Amino acid sequence: MTKIFMEGSEVMAKTVILCRPDVISAYPITPQTHIVENLAKLVADGKLKSKFMEVESEFSAISSVAGACAAGSRTFTASSSQGLALMHEVLFASAGLRLPLVMVVANRALSAPINIWNDQQDSISERDSGWIQLYVETVQEAADTLIQAYKIAEDKRVLLPVMVCMDGFILTHTMEPVDLPEEKEVKQFLPNYKPTHAILDSENPMTIGPFTYPEPYFKLRKELSTAVDNSKKIISEVNEEFGRKFKRKYGDGLIEEYKNDKDVAIVSMGSVVGTIKEVVDSRKDVGLIKIRCYRPFPKEELIKALKDRKTVIVIEKNVALGLGSGSVLPEIRSVLYSLDKRPKLVGFIAGLGGTDIRIKDIEKAVDDSKKMKDGEAEWLI
Amino acid sequence: MKKSGDKFEPGGVIKEPGSSKEVKTGSWRVFKPIVTENCKGCGICVQFCPEGCIKVKNGKATIDYDYCKGCLICMNECPVKAIKSER
Repeated sequence: MTKIFMEGSEVMAKTVILCRPDVISAYPITPQTHIVENLAKLVADGKLKSKFMEVESEFSAISSVAGACAAGSRTFTASSSQGLALMHEVLFASAGLRLPLVMVVANRALSAPINIWNDQQDSISERDSGWIQLYVETVQEAADTLIQAYKIAEDKRVLLPVMVCMDGFILTHTMEPVDLPEEKEVKQFLPNYKPTHAILDSENPMTIGPFTYPEPYFKLRKELSTAVDNSKKIISEVNEEFGRKFKRKYGDGLIEEYKNDKDVAIVSMGSVVGTIKEVVDSRKDVGLIKIRCYRPFPKEELIKALKDRKTVIVIEKNVALGLGSGSVLPEIRSVLYSLDKRPKLVGFIAGLGGTDIRIKDIEKAVDDSKKMKDGEAEWLI
Repeated sequence: MKKSGDKFEPGGVIKEPGSSKEVKTGSWRVFKPIVTENCKGCGICVQFCPEGCIKVKNGKATIDYDYCKGCLICMNECPVKAIKSER
């Protein structure tokens, strides 16, 4: 392996080369721009054999890769914020069609007011689309997760699209030393895509995306739901296999526990987990659980990790308007509901629109949680 | 796709061609196009029919009413006004 010191976006572009997609289509949007800018250059310079489709919007970008994938190609796209929101319709369609797309989301706040900086409102708003969502902590994890994402998506037991969610600017625009795997090794881990259920073949014509009556629709949505739930097993397996081959893995692939043997546990996802680890190291009275896989939601894993805690603090970079908290807090609450003895659960909405979450903010959250009532959420500002 | 069933390909992909024949859409029709004596069998209506349910048989356009939805594009396009409609 070669250790390189490189900007997050460039690392992602280099990792895309390792994954060898046939078709790339994307529309530039801050903070995703550097990823596709690098890819367009690599294709133009002949260093990447993929077909790069230049389009006029994110709706066309996701439609192009969905079409290419339905024809039997491995594809790549990336977006952020309003761009991801513009893809909304096709996100549901591509999951429903069981197309193994892979997309990098450079997480950014949604308008209005308009803002280019990081929070996770964009991808969390797409949580019910049927896409697997993996949130990463570091650039290294982003690169490793992208390789894993193709293997998960294309597994015959999964056949679902995967979003690799990396915090905009904090990860995409930060220089970090990264171990980039060798091309040969990635090829062994991730062989070429062999489509079976959807392929453009004039000898064996097929109809993709047909109109369905109520009963088949209902059954196919149930099958989709089961597929998303069942993908948990494969996400863990792929993480393990990656660990064996490349000597790096991320918890059990779904969650990652860090010194989770204290009375208090913080639950969070994305790059802020790195800051929280600093607090966990210095305070000694709090542990950490990182949610790596947000969809499918790791219910059983979270129950196991949280059942013996006295207080659980959820720190999240999104707000479910009308609910008075973020989206993750009520989901963890529903997961813990089955326990006879439930920990006190509080939440913090933090870091919206790129607001820094500093060590002292995390300290404040831990201190404030003592005065808060069970189920309460506050704004960490 | 069939109205009911238990076996589906992932994503509802249909691998057997011709499944659209199973759903007879003729019942959707309000206006019924009728080919009159004036038909010259030129086949322009065959090209325009969005359902693909017109064929020229024995020199005359013949409409398959099992699938004709009654859009009347054939009537509109007929160069000799050989197609009329009735409710």
